[in-house]
Amino acid sequence: MIGTDLQIILPEIVLSVFAMVALLGAVYTTKDKAAGLLVWGTAGIFVIVGLWIGTTGDETREAFAGSFVDDGFARFAKVLILFSAAAILLMSQEYLARRDLLRFEYPVLVTLAVVGMMVMVSAGDLIALYMGLELQSLALYVVASLRRDSVKSTEAGLKYFVLGALSSGLLLYGASLTYGYAGSTLFSDIVASSVDGVSLGLLFGLVFLCAGFAFKVSAAPFHMWTPDVYEGAPTPITAFFATAPKVAAMALFGRVMFDAFGVVVADWQQIVAFLSVVSMFLGSIAAIGQRNIKRLMAYSSITHMGFALMGLAAGTVLGVQAMLIYMAIYVVMNLGTFAFILSMEKDGMPVTDIDALQMYSAREPLKALAMLILLFSLAGVPPLVGFFGKLYVLRAAYDGGLAWLAVAGVVASVIGAFYYLRIVYFMYFGEEREPLDRNGSPVLWGVLMVSAAIMVFGVINLFGVEPLAAAAADTLVN
Amino acid sequence: MDNLLSLTTFFPLLGAAILALFLRGDDAAAQKNAKWVALATTVTTFVISLFILFDFDRGTADFQFVEQREWIGGMTYKMGVDGISVLFVMLTTFLMPLVIAACWDVTHRVKEYMIAFLVLETLMLGVFCALDLVLFYLFFEAGLIPMFLIIGIWGGANRIYASFKFFLYTFLGSVLMLVAMVAMYAQAGTTDIPALMNFEFGSESFSLLGIQIVGGVQTLLWLAFFASFAVKMPMWPVHTWLPDAHVQAPTAGSVVLAAILLKMGGYGFLRFSLPMFPVGSEVMGPLVLWMSAIAIVYTSLVALVQEDMKKLIAYSSVAHMGYVTMGIFAVNQQGIDGAIFQMLSHGFISGALFLCVGVIYDRMHTRDIDAYGGLVNRMPAYALIFMLFTMANVGLPGTSGFIGEFLTLMGIFQVNTWVALVATSGVILSAAYALWLYRRVVMGDLIKESLKSITDMTRREKWIFAPLVAMTLLLGVAPWLVTDIIGASVENLVTDVTTAQANWDPATRVAEAAE
Repeated sequence: MIGTDLQIILPEIVLSVFAMVALLGAVYTTKDKAAGLLVWGTAGIFVIVGLWIGTTGDETREAFAGSFVDDGFARFAKVLILFSAAAILLMSQEYLARRDLLRFEYPVLVTLAVVGMMVMVSAGDLIALYMGLELQSLALYVVASLRRDSVKSTEAGLKYFVLGALSSGLLLYGASLTYGYAGSTLFSDIVASSVDGVSLGLLFGLVFLCAGFAFKVSAAPFHMWTPDVYEGAPTPITAFFATAPKVAAMALFGRVMFDAFGVVVADWQQIVAFLSVVSMFLGSIAAIGQRNIKRLMAYSSITHMGFALMGLAAGTVLGVQAMLIYMAIYVVMNLGTFAFILSMEKDGMPVTDIDALQMYSAREPLKALAMLILLFSLAGVPPLVGFFGKLYVLRAAYDGGLAWLAVAGVVASVIGAFYYLRIVYFMYFGEEREPLDRNGSPVLWGVLMVSAAIMVFGVINLFGVEPLAAAAADTLVN
Repeated sequence: MDNLLSLTTFFPLLGAAILALFLRGDDAAAQKNAKWVALATTVTTFVISLFILFDFDRGTADFQFVEQREWIGGMTYKMGVDGISVLFVMLTTFLMPLVIAACWDVTHRVKEYMIAFLVLETLMLGVFCALDLVLFYLFFEAGLIPMFLIIGIWGGANRIYASFKFFLYTFLGSVLMLVAMVAMYAQAGTTDIPALMNFEFGSESFSLLGIQIVGGVQTLLWLAFFASFAVKMPMWPVHTWLPDAHVQAPTAGSVVLAAILLKMGGYGFLRFSLPMFPVGSEVMGPLVLWMSAIAIVYTSLVALVQEDMKKLIAYSSVAHMGYVTMGIFAVNQQGIDGAIFQMLSHGFISGALFLCVGVIYDRMHTRDIDAYGGLVNRMPAYALIFMLFTMANVGLPGTSGFIGEFLTLMGIFQVNTWVALVATSGVILSAAYALWLYRRVVMGDLIKESLKSITDMTRREKWIFAPLVAMTLLLGVAPWLVTDIIGASVENLVTDVTTAQANWDPATRVAEAAE
């Protein structure tokens, strides 16, 4: 029995063991000298584990009496998490090395965070959920302040920690209420307990859980940490925050809502729809005033989370499918955009002011074009793939009876288009300024180009992500 | 050839790809190559599109050259043309070589400029060929990107404001259409345009937030589509982006904008609003008619006082588009025939007028009407051509402008005499502003010192105008060339719409809802 259980969580075990071996090995031998190698090795292992999980077939398996679920939904999210984490590791290697930040703890912490995320998306009960969430969060708090001697970076880490602890508290309180009124921490028992009438206490638990998740996905009004942490953390870490943890938190959100509260859809639908509409508008409007591209991307991610939540709010298979597709597209767009931001340098120093991009297109036409494609894709302009993400969530929202949310969403997307356009305007119509460095990192260049190419050529069939997401959504909802 | 439409649509994209991948450098030779590649591409596209015209069966209202492939999410890649769309395809392929030739003197980032126009051509052709809702939206919206860049990079002094206004205005209009499309998909279960034309959307009146919605779902969907097409058209009072965009856009950009992009709005009304929401059209039709009438008079008056030539022609475009919307929502054969004719003829005439402005702008670098006067003394050929198109713009019999205006007015007269009366006064006003412009720019003595050395049109410029002159006169004397092709489809459209409208009795529906 325990053998099958262990077999099911084998990917997580492999990664955990790898993290610990790498930690011990590095401490006792080379320390930071082999950190570069470790980064590449870790990325390689992520990719291998990702492929392994991706090819595991399509049955649903439960371990430890249901507290760990390995189904199509979890596997979809895990593959996305692993691949994006691998890409981020590769993108960050050169940036961190040149700034003397490449410590061997970095890949180890990322690995632990990834293990936490994998547990999150597979959680089948509240304890497993909390374990995964905290493993992920604690690792992220530390990497946020990776630049130890920078005030901003440590501030980012501390702020993230304090607010994160608060949200964990809310979540735990919600979990305890849920446990108290449902009599079990197991999702399947919680859902069973509410089949014939749901108690008020359980609904309170649900609200607190939602608040905790909203914090993790940085949905307004629980978004306050996002811009500061994005700005303060070293840029590769920001890129990491913007991708894998968002996927994990969003998947967890969906998992709990459907697995544990699947019979009270109407109750949580209102909460999620509210989070969605507030996030879309706040993200779009607040980003207009931003000059710092990292802060801008923070607000942009708040908007995008609003859109992804729109899919979840629909409360249907179509909605979950739309959310998964949206997250996949969002991750690819953000990887490309952050690859571009990572390459913004002047005299070797990172630049984050969008003003520095003036007339960028005259000097680096190809990179400017790739960024242009990504920006229009982020804005959701067809025929770029970002548009299809929006199309799917709009469809899901309309089908779920939330036509007003769809209308609000498209209006917000027009407001949001403004600040993406402004970057285009700086790059293409601006005035000549002192040029940025010609940064030659081939990895960043490659990620940027591949991401932009995906945005353009995805129009043909979205690279087959649609049926995969449909299958994944099906296992969660049914 | 069963994928002729795809070939036509994507051929310019091929040219753009060749430019992007194989052309290096920015010296004079590279610039010249870029222009020649672009010209060759657009001319070839035109030649390919001629096969569509020759093989087009005029006797049927069905979609022809249909191709269909699987796509994502229940949508299909479906292309096809009928009598209504085929001529817009031809208009686009016909004008694009002239547009490319008109920007022969550009020296700033030529390669990108050519790529932008070629991509834009593909997207415009796609709009007219698409037979899938989402595919249509894809092409319709994507056109904003190259146009935004054309105005923003190669535009005039105030280009940034104009490009943002253009983009956000039209984007806001079309996202509401997107929601409506999502709603249509949810209700009809398909995004196939011919299937949606046969689908009857709900027309039971209901009350929403205390407001009685006569015509129900159809009216709401109609309004969402209207938001998009009215902005694109543009109709008064949402036309204000157009003068800004026109004034700041480079000459070639203005030509494309006036001659082709504006027609997407009218095409949209004919393809979506009328056949899919006949009841919505009936409910909202009078509003459109009056908006058109106001547009014709109001923008004509505004055009009278313009100091900037491009702005004047832009306002005149809005007035002419007023005839189009009026003709469309008259919902009879003459009205819709006239509307389509007017759109085609306006494509040639307004394109030519913007080119006329471009000719003197290239020489004097000002569009101020006051800066000119007496050009006839040094530019006789120019004076002749400008006069022809001024007259065509006014609607002189013998030019294509007359046929369009006459047919739409005839159509509207049968439906609403008062609107016809107001709109007809626009004919006089258009004569006033157009002829006054002509007098101030071309007639009189040449007294301005700066104009003393101005030269007449070069051979290249004359060749650009030649096809436009030919088409304007040809359609003016032989309108059946157009009406033959569009006839069957328009007749079918009018019958479908009037039947659907006759089956819907507003009085009873309202009474039912009130109970």
